[in-house]
Amino acid sequence: MNFGFSEEQEQLRDEVRKLLDQHSPLSRVREVVEGGQAFDRDLWKRMAELGWVGLAMPEVHGGAGLDLETLIVVLEETGRSLVPSPLVSTVIAARAIERFGSEAQRARWLPGLADGSRIGTFAWLERSDRLDPAGVEATAKVDGDRLVLSGEKRFVTDASSADLFVVGVRTGSAPEAVSLVVVGKDASGVSTDDYEGMDLTKRIGRLRLDEVRVEADCVLGELGAGAAAAGWLLDLGAALVTAEAVGAAEAALRITSEFAKQRVQFDQPIGRFQGVKHPLAEIYVDVESFRSLVYYAIWAIDQDAEDASLAVSRAKAYCAEAFPRAGILGVQLHGGVGYTWEYDVQLYLKRSKWVRSMFGDADHHYERAARAGGL
Amino acid sequence: MDFQLTEKEEAFRDEVRAFLDENLPEGASRTPELMQAWTRKVREKRWVGFSWPREVGGGGGSIMEQVILKDEMARRKAPALGSCFMGLAWVGPAIIQYGTEEQKQKYIPDILDGKYQWCTGYSEPDSGSDLASLKCRAERVGDEYVVNGQKIWTSIAMWSKMMILLVRTDASVASKHDGITCLLVEMDTPGIEVRPIKNMSGGAMFAEVFFDDVRVPVENRLGAEGEGWRVTISALASERSSIAEVHGLVRKIEEVKELAKGTVRGGRRMSDDPGIRRRIAQAETRIEAMRLNGMRFLTKQLRGEPLGAETSINKLHRAELEVGLGELALEILGSAGTLMGGEEPTVDGGSWARFSLNWPEVVIGGGTPNIQRNIIAERILGLPKD
Repeated sequence: MNFGFSEEQEQLRDEVRKLLDQHSPLSRVREVVEGGQAFDRDLWKRMAELGWVGLAMPEVHGGAGLDLETLIVVLEETGRSLVPSPLVSTVIAARAIERFGSEAQRARWLPGLADGSRIGTFAWLERSDRLDPAGVEATAKVDGDRLVLSGEKRFVTDASSADLFVVGVRTGSAPEAVSLVVVGKDASGVSTDDYEGMDLTKRIGRLRLDEVRVEADCVLGELGAGAAAAGWLLDLGAALVTAEAVGAAEAALRITSEFAKQRVQFDQPIGRFQGVKHPLAEIYVDVESFRSLVYYAIWAIDQDAEDASLAVSRAKAYCAEAFPRAGILGVQLHGGVGYTWEYDVQLYLKRSKWVRSMFGDADHHYERAARAGGL
Repeated sequence: MDFQLTEKEEAFRDEVRAFLDENLPEGASRTPELMQAWTRKVREKRWVGFSWPREVGGGGGSIMEQVILKDEMARRKAPALGSCFMGLAWVGPAIIQYGTEEQKQKYIPDILDGKYQWCTGYSEPDSGSDLASLKCRAERVGDEYVVNGQKIWTSIAMWSKMMILLVRTDASVASKHDGITCLLVEMDTPGIEVRPIKNMSGGAMFAEVFFDDVRVPVENRLGAEGEGWRVTISALASERSSIAEVHGLVRKIEEVKELAKGTVRGGRRMSDDPGIRRRIAQAETRIEAMRLNGMRFLTKQLRGEPLGAETSINKLHRAELEVGLGELALEILGSAGTLMGGEEPTVDGGSWARFSLNWPEVVIGGGTPNIQRNIIAERILGLPKD
């Protein structure tokens, strides 16, 4: 019985932390995003060279062949430092190709994703903002041995940075009749633009498909059988952003606790007042709890366990409630300075709001958990 | 990460399961005869005091075996292993660690056999959360301590033969944690008066205990004079990660779900009400978080690291759930929620109403939620003491 990380995994965490502390402190993060860049290309290259991007991708295709569990330690650190990077997006796209694609498709796309030279993402949501396949309106029409894709995908993570999109498209009239198709950004008729998001460290945007013609061998799995695959990818996405949120929420708690020790009012550090220390203790309870939930959820995904979806929903639902509370509390306990652009705590508040709805909010996931629990 | 048991652990689990199949067959009614045999057999197995060393009569079980035993027992809703609750939980461990040879021989076998009950004389009217400020005093006169003062919230004092009692033997000390001594007291000693206190659900599980020149032999002191605080704290620290508690909460939430499915109000089944559905899922999620937190703490223990303030995490979850599940049940029931007994429209004989009044036993008893928050804030987050 061991519900913790191995020494090797902890070493990896230390390595990631060291590199990010050195090359991506919050001052650098601000410089990158305030300068209008989606992320720091040099740092991304370095992360890829160190094997972090391809960590949980197959060895035969250039990855390290490790499990998602090991990726948790990397994500906790990228979350803690709020480093803008398309890591989560790329991992999801790679898993889509690895799990649902053919060997030829894996050989074609995975090496570029594993070595960081190409960035991937999953494009699913549309104007209905529905996570289930019924919300997919973008179409794929068969034209000889080609497909013609049209439609608009929304809230696509790292839309403008991505080279490859795993896109959900409708291939039949039944609500479940959707397919996953891999589309390159260079294909004629593909255009992207990023939204003006609140969290500058997490880009989301729009993918427009205007009669984009792709070969039939770009479909992952059988045509029309993409609903279950999409569900699996949404679970994966929810789990990965929650793992990142653990690191971020913990950092928000640490920053705020440190502030409460320093800030003196009424002749004492405000951290001595129970009105300050008790809410911070509650946040600690919450962070440790969704940490446990997401560790288990990711282990369950690795093992293809029967309760993986339920485990993901519990982790994401808890996180979607607790992390925004931590962000708000952090800003509030900082007083006036917490409201300034200059102080870092607001960056975590914005991240918490980004995480909340990504791959399903608390309402969505609690309802799924209720159904799984027999209600 | 790995949730597999070792071969040896699996063999132990199978042994426990086989024992349960034989001695607590599914569906068999729990007659007094069956229960008597159960009590004898679990004692023979050394599953009473399973964590204690074998030389004092315990089972010498490893941490993992303790968890397996508790887990399997809870799964089958088995009766408790041993009947002397406080003796097994903290009096015994304190005697094993600090007691003299005579004390061990005199008390430990009786605790294991459940011959009588122990109660715990810690809290006083003016010393609750601030326990170390206690004032009940004991003066050394010859070979005896003479005890005067009062204890309160003493659970099952009226049914106990013995009490583990904290007294102040030195009031002149600079730190209030010094000068406290631990005594083992016979409850029928002259000068002890027990007055049961009726609680808000109408029952009386706890009492006030008054001491008027109560003479306790010096050989009944546990540990050295002035060492009482350490004796108490170390015994409480023997507490294990809370995995077994989770089974009780899982059962309760399952009952709440059944209640929601079976209750129709305003023309709608309460299990279809979005607010109720979300709150049930929230409670289940919290229970699962408790279970998994417990697994992380267990992993730490298995690696030989002591548990510290993090155990307060699950205490806070449990407090939230003990109160919250009662509230949820009453809201599902609506107007019938507060009925305490009788026929229809009372539901389940009023057990939900009673449940909703009984949380203080758990929530206040082991340190109030605000004390748990202080512990986390000060010992983990490093905020200044208040």
